[in-house]
Amino acid sequence: MNKKPEIELNTPAGDEVKQTTCYMCACRCGINVHIKDGKVRYIDGNRNHPVNKGVLCGKGSAGIMQHYSPARLRAPMKRVGPRGSGEFEEISWDEALDIATGWLSKPRNTDPHKLAFFTGRDQSQSLTGFWAMQYGTPNFAAHGGFCSVNMAAGGLYTFGGAFWEFGDPDWEHTKYFMLFGVAEDHASNPIKIGIGKLKKRGAKVVSVNPVRTGYNAIADEWVGIRPGTDGLFVGALIHELFRNQTVDLDYLVRYTNAPWLVIQDKGAADDGLFARGENGNPLVWDSNTGDFGDGTSADISPSLTGSRKLADGRTARPVFELMAERYLGDEYSPEAVAEQTGLKAEDIRSIAAELADVAFKQEVVIDQPWTDWAGRKHDKMIGRPISMHAMRGISAHSNGFQTCRMIHILQILLGSIDCPGGFRYKPPYPKQAPPWLRPHGKEDQVKANVPLGGPHLGFPLGPEHLLIDEECASRIDKGFTWDAPMSAHGLMHMVINNAATKDPYGIEVLFMYMANMAWNSSMNVKGTIDHLTAKDENGNYMIPKIIYSDAYYSEMVPYADLILPDTTYLERFDCISLLDRPISEADMAADSIRYPVVEPDRDVRGFQEVLIDLGARLGLPAFTNKDGSPKYPGGYSDYMVNHERAPGIGPLAGWRGKDGEKSVRGEVNPNQIEKYIENGSFFAHHLKPEQAYFKHANQSYLDWAADMGFREDKKPTIFQLYCEPVQAFRLAAQGHGDRQPPETHRARIEKYFDPLPMWYPPFEEDMIDQAKYPLHAITQRPMHMYHSWGSQNAWLRQITAANRLYVHTSVAAGINAKDDDWVWLTSHQGRVKCQIKVMEGVNPHTVWTWNAIGKRKGAWGLDDDAPETNQGFLLNHLISELLPEGGGGYRYSNSDPITGQAAWYDLRVSIEKAEDTGATEPMFEPLKHGSQPASPTKLAYGKEFKRGKK
Amino acid sequence: MHPAYSVILFTTASGAGYGLLFWMALAETFGVLPGGRALSLAALTFSLALITLGLLASTLHLGRPERAIGALSQWRTSWLSREGVAAVATYVPAGLLGLSWLIYLHNDLFHLVAALAAAGAAITVYCTGMIYGSLRTIRQWNTPLVPLFYLAAAASTGALLFGLIYSLFGYSTPLLEFLLLCLVAVSGAVKLTYWRQCDADKGQYTAEMATGLGAWGKVRPLDPPHTMPNFVMREMGYQVGRKHAQKLRRLVVLFLFAGPMLALALSALTGAGVFFWYLLAFLMTVVGIVTERWLFFAEAEHVSMLYYGAERA
Amino acid sequence: MTTLPQTTEKKLGLVIDLDICVGCQACATSCKEWNTGGYSAPLSDHDPYGGDPSGAWLNRIHSYELGEGAAGRTVHFPRSCLHCEEPACVTVCPTGASYKREEDGIVLVNPDTCIGCKLCSWACPYGAREYDYDDGVMKKCTLCVDRIYNETLEEEDRVPACVRACPTGARAFGDLGDPDSEVSKNVAAREGFNLLEEFGYKPTNKYLPPRMKTSAHVSPEPARKSAPVSAGNGSMVEKLFAWADQKLSR
Ligand SMILES: Nc1nc2c(c(=O)[nH]1)N[C@H]1C(S)=C(S)[C@@H](COP(=O)(O)OP(=O)(O)OC[C@H]3O[C@@H](n4cnc5c(=O)[nH]c(N)nc54)[C@H](O)[C@@H]3O)O[C@H]1N2
Ligand SMILES: Nc1nc2c(c(=O)[nH]1)N[C@H]1C(S)=C(S)[C@@H](COP(=O)(O)OP(=O)(O)OC[C@H]3O[C@@H](n4cnc5c(=O)[nH]c(N)nc54)[C@H](O)[C@@H]3O)O[C@H]1N2
Ligand code: SF4
Ligand code: SF4
Ligand code: SF4
Ligand code: SF4
Ligand code: SF4
Ligand SMILES: [Mo]
Repeated sequence: MNKKPEIELNTPAGDEVKQTTCYMCACRCGINVHIKDGKVRYIDGNRNHPVNKGVLCGKGSAGIMQHYSPARLRAPMKRVGPRGSGEFEEISWDEALDIATGWLSKPRNTDPHKLAFFTGRDQSQSLTGFWAMQYGTPNFAAHGGFCSVNMAAGGLYTFGGAFWEFGDPDWEHTKYFMLFGVAEDHASNPIKIGIGKLKKRGAKVVSVNPVRTGYNAIADEWVGIRPGTDGLFVGALIHELFRNQTVDLDYLVRYTNAPWLVIQDKGAADDGLFARGENGNPLVWDSNTGDFGDGTSADISPSLTGSRKLADGRTARPVFELMAERYLGDEYSPEAVAEQTGLKAEDIRSIAAELADVAFKQEVVIDQPWTDWAGRKHDKMIGRPISMHAMRGISAHSNGFQTCRMIHILQILLGSIDCPGGFRYKPPYPKQAPPWLRPHGKEDQVKANVPLGGPHLGFPLGPEHLLIDEECASRIDKGFTWDAPMSAHGLMHMVINNAATKDPYGIEVLFMYMANMAWNSSMNVKGTIDHLTAKDENGNYMIPKIIYSDAYYSEMVPYADLILPDTTYLERFDCISLLDRPISEADMAADSIRYPVVEPDRDVRGFQEVLIDLGARLGLPAFTNKDGSPKYPGGYSDYMVNHERAPGIGPLAGWRGKDGEKSVRGEVNPNQIEKYIENGSFFAHHLKPEQAYFKHANQSYLDWAADMGFREDKKPTIFQLYCEPVQAFRLAAQGHGDRQPPETHRARIEKYFDPLPMWYPPFEEDMIDQAKYPLHAITQRPMHMYHSWGSQNAWLRQITAANRLYVHTSVAAGINAKDDDWVWLTSHQGRVKCQIKVMEGVNPHTVWTWNAIGKRKGAWGLDDDAPETNQGFLLNHLISELLPEGGGGYRYSNSDPITGQAAWYDLRVSIEKAEDTGATEPMFEPLKHGSQPASPTKLAYGKEFKRGKK
Repeated sequence: MHPAYSVILFTTASGAGYGLLFWMALAETFGVLPGGRALSLAALTFSLALITLGLLASTLHLGRPERAIGALSQWRTSWLSREGVAAVATYVPAGLLGLSWLIYLHNDLFHLVAALAAAGAAITVYCTGMIYGSLRTIRQWNTPLVPLFYLAAAASTGALLFGLIYSLFGYSTPLLEFLLLCLVAVSGAVKLTYWRQCDADKGQYTAEMATGLGAWGKVRPLDPPHTMPNFVMREMGYQVGRKHAQKLRRLVVLFLFAGPMLALALSALTGAGVFFWYLLAFLMTVVGIVTERWLFFAEAEHVSMLYYGAERA
Repeated sequence: MTTLPQTTEKKLGLVIDLDICVGCQACATSCKEWNTGGYSAPLSDHDPYGGDPSGAWLNRIHSYELGEGAAGRTVHFPRSCLHCEEPACVTVCPTGASYKREEDGIVLVNPDTCIGCKLCSWACPYGAREYDYDDGVMKKCTLCVDRIYNETLEEEDRVPACVRACPTGARAFGDLGDPDSEVSKNVAAREGFNLLEEFGYKPTNKYLPPRMKTSAHVSPEPARKSAPVSAGNGSMVEKLFAWADQKLSR
């Protein structure tokens, strides 16, 4: 018998630990990077971090392979072959920056419209947006327009917050949690931590989702709804609450516009607007005085019912009545919606009854006095422990804005916004509803060499805020036009299309950052590629210059003329700012940084550094000193510390003031970055216990938020059950006001701009032959992959190297197919060949697949025989960026009519069996890959760390 | 189970080698080994070469062949270790036997050495069989018929080799051919019984037991852990189509049993061209035994496949 | 060595809650990341960027569908070595490289003596052994033996990498031999079970079953048939308004 081996139990994880912020997805968890011999040995979660509290997801834990990916770009590159060829020459940074400066200065000196600057999965919009403002182009947005603007806008217009990153369920106190259309979401780890807590506590989790996987698999009740019909389902829940008289009337009176009086005067220019008093404030009926009162006043007893005669003799009715009438209508009864949603009426009833039971019989009471905005003291915080969360299953439909608003109405009727057990805002939210920002970029605001007067994106209150001039769009993406009047995040998915067809106008330079537009983030991939390579009659590219920053050799790289190679997330400074999309949690305002924890071994630079450098070279005022020298010679970290947006307010909120003793607002502190690094690369300002809930109406919170610059004033946020700006657009469509939609748009705007949320069928299914395309086709994010960029990761791609189309047992039986058989999936746009996997836990009218697994040959450092390229497929080939031609010959973008959000999940398809040719279709030409090195055929990462075996 | 060629070569070649050694040593024990010293030495060398070839082949299967010596240490619990020990140990009496022939040492003591060599050969083959026979994870292997067949197959292939070699030098009797025929018949019978038993046993373990989730109904895999096959799936999940397996089984019956038996019978009956018949029988046996061994692995189903979609195992 | 200890002082192991696991793969990749540079270094990958990528992983996540239709269920199912009390993966090993520790029950492979004969993988009914083609030796879950006693780590970090990472809290680590440990109590309360109990290897790791449909905390009254207030006998709308008036004027 041999001896029991001696094993080393006390080997340190590494030589040193550096704490920074993960960026394998947009969740932005705190990480400890263990470094050994100058290499990354291990990454785990930072226990003190507000986002992930120590845990890490499947992607974050594979960070090593992301960081050492062979697909990393190595140096700046200049295109030498035709666009799309992938023929590049590596150049120096000096040359690259010279070229970029040359290309960018002309539009700035002549017509800033000629630059379109769009950023994808970026988290530095406070810099990129500011840079674009300084440049003076109206053409800036990030990817929100094709991502989730329905959720952001739906929430912000309703209650000054949103599901989308701006709030969280109260995981500690919730007793009943409803999850609508979520597979993973941005709050990747927080949702997992939260759901884990709920399940352990025995709270009920209800998932509303056509597919039963992931979070939805562990729900206590799975509501396998037919895609696009959530508005009917939620409408029926509201119907039941009204029918059973289980709504929180006090809450409605106190916090919402339910008592506000709406003018009822068909045909009048103010029909459907609020009746307002002399001071412009909305009127309510005060049952104390028996007279009209100021709807924003605290000292009255507003009535929720009763039609009133206004001073001018016209009638006005409270929002509550209009709302009750709508949802008590027969079309929202559980029986009426059962067939279309695919749900049973009795199930809908029982969920409504459960909601009411939990909300009203199982209140959560926290012994914490607080004072509301009107100075009224409350000795406890009392909550209705119902929380909800929703994301792209709702937003990625052309009825998403209205459906999202309807879910918020359900929450509000139950009294569960920012109360114990309900949905909680994360600072800097709540904002006013809608936030005070208006879009900038009207014709008269865009001038050569002059910065734009304000931010590009905002929240129009009516036609007067549209960015149109003589009906011509000011923005290349036609944001804030009649096509999508409330497109608060722009329409990135239309930029390439519009620029290539010079509609509304042609541009000189397309500047993009971190968006794989030639593949998985485009609808109609082939069409987008054609647009990127389209030439005019003289043989010049319709989009003359394309500058692109990526960190990896993605499918988009070959379509750019100049490549600015970014670092990986472990090699650069980043700033996750309260001015942008911060990492706050419900009871803290928080932001964070990234700093280089390993040195780049390639000739690459952080994009933000490059942008600041370009700003100085172009002479943009905010990036240059009076003498023309760069204002931030130290690059991005210099900017993070020294830039001030308003006095005392800069990119970072922590350790401000000379000695770092001030939070959120304070003078510049030269040692700020060191403080962040010492604290694990994040800063958190904890709210006081009395500020924890009812933030929309909590005096202490409102005072603080206003002081910090988060809010315009200390007035409460009043929930807008009835959304007046929407009605303002409808009135224009009805022929009122001096800015009206053109004829082609009138009917559409009148129909869909309903100030009270309603359901309508998604556009695609309404316009195509449903018998021909009987199935819905949707995608889900795999938890272990981030869009396209997970497939270059040697570990993650072992988990999923190819995707299948998941179909219901009955669908498979219908075409006599079994697991792994090949099928053709056809939409009105095109067809895709793929393999199926049969399952039970999917709505029978729905097929689905994992998103962005399919890859193009030649990209991502993968071999040509990679499963990703041969069996992996994208649904994007089937999704059209334009709707079928409707009446009048106009083809609208395949988007929500209100916000312009891309309607990815409206897709309808038919399925038939296909021949097994062993490969997916469409199959594109393999991309050449410049001078990227060949990828290794074997990996033994960690061998070098083995004790004594260096 | 994945049929690795190194293991197939190992078990078949060393099996035949031990079989040959066994019969020679047994004959020597009883003093009935025909032929002269030279022939004995040559045949012994041949058997040891086969054995060594097999053992070397088996090390090809190892990830760290240079550490193979360590495999002799765990004979208390491990059949593989026992096999190794037995194999090494058998070289001693076999070597001494050779030595005795080489230096004309012929006394009773060497009958004992020969007996030890025969026993060593049999034990080694039994151990080889038990490496497989002891694995409860593979129902097709976990039966006494497995070591029994390993013994029978080694005995018959070794005996055939014995017959072949000695017939080349004119030593053959119909009696031997008849005994050999019986031996092949016995091993054929063992194999057929084995197949019948395997086919009747649908497996006592289910996917529901493996996952413990039977209370919810039938368990079906939705997504495997990894898209492409991993080690466990490659090693344990090898599958051979039913039709294909049936074809191969018929081939085994023909080449490993029926064919050689016929050749032996014809040889015994005709008494002419004995070497030719032996050669024919032997060549058929080679094809037969390799096919049999391939099937032995390929048809074996591992319990762990319950996690990868097998319904029973 | 390959003789199994009669008893072990502790029975360290994992408890996996199938009611909570969402199949996020965090435990799988954090395991890979820790172990490729740790005791088992490296966990090699073959054809990592090619047509047939595969590698050594010590923890893998399956997903299964159970039952039919809406009454069925999808379950994510992490699977690693279960550190069985009576496993043949140890006794079949010819070299003694495979062994079960007497002090805590952890089943380990000694990477310095393993000859890579793969026999132990054949003896494991759970498919929990992972041969490293490149390294030529067998690898398996070590229960992160180089973490759980590691004095260079913070005390609360002395848990397996997979447990440390798991975002939902579906994994727990502890002494299943001690009936008073957290894990043992939870197993008792939730009727934790053994995988393939019938096989008889006595796994240490336990699994907690998915809960049958719960409506804990929720006991709705049957939906009210009629309005609880006397006023307003007309339509649903009128009844609602009457109720609201009455309620607010109180
Ligand atoms: N069918 C279908 N299509 C969809 C969706 C869907 O649900 N279904 N979802 C849509 C949505 S919501 C979104 S947000 C988009 C997302 O789609 P994209 O925005 O295209 O996202 P990714 O593919 O993850 O990455 C974009 C690019 O960023 C690069 N990158 C990664 N890290 C860095 C870095 O550190 N620096 C730089 N400069 N570049 C980097 C990657 O290499 C990649 O080329 O996809 C959309 N497309
Ligand atoms: N791991 C990982 N995390 C990510 C990303 C990633 O790529 N990978 N991407 C990030 C990005 S950019 C975004 S936008 C978020 C998006 O995060 P999610 O909102 O979780 O996005 P999806 O994966 O598109 O999930 C949409 C879900 O809605 C369901 N669904 C589709 N149609 C309907 C419907 O009509 N009704 C209902 N109720 N459900 C429906 C789908 O089945 C799916 O489960 O995730 C972010 N987080
Ligand atoms: S969720 Fe995962 S990938 Fe995203 S930031 Fe957090 S650890 Fe990184
Ligand atoms: S699970 Fe397998 S490898 Fe682990 S102890 Fe049990 S039998 Fe051995
Ligand atoms: S592979 Fe290694 S650990 Fe497994 S049985 Fe063989 S020698 Fe033992
Ligand atoms: S205990 Fe350690 S080795 Fe085992 S599965 Fe977990 S992380 Fe992997
Ligand atoms: S980390 Fe946790 S939730 Fe994720 S797959 Fe592993 S056990 Fe399940
Ligand atoms: Mo997104």
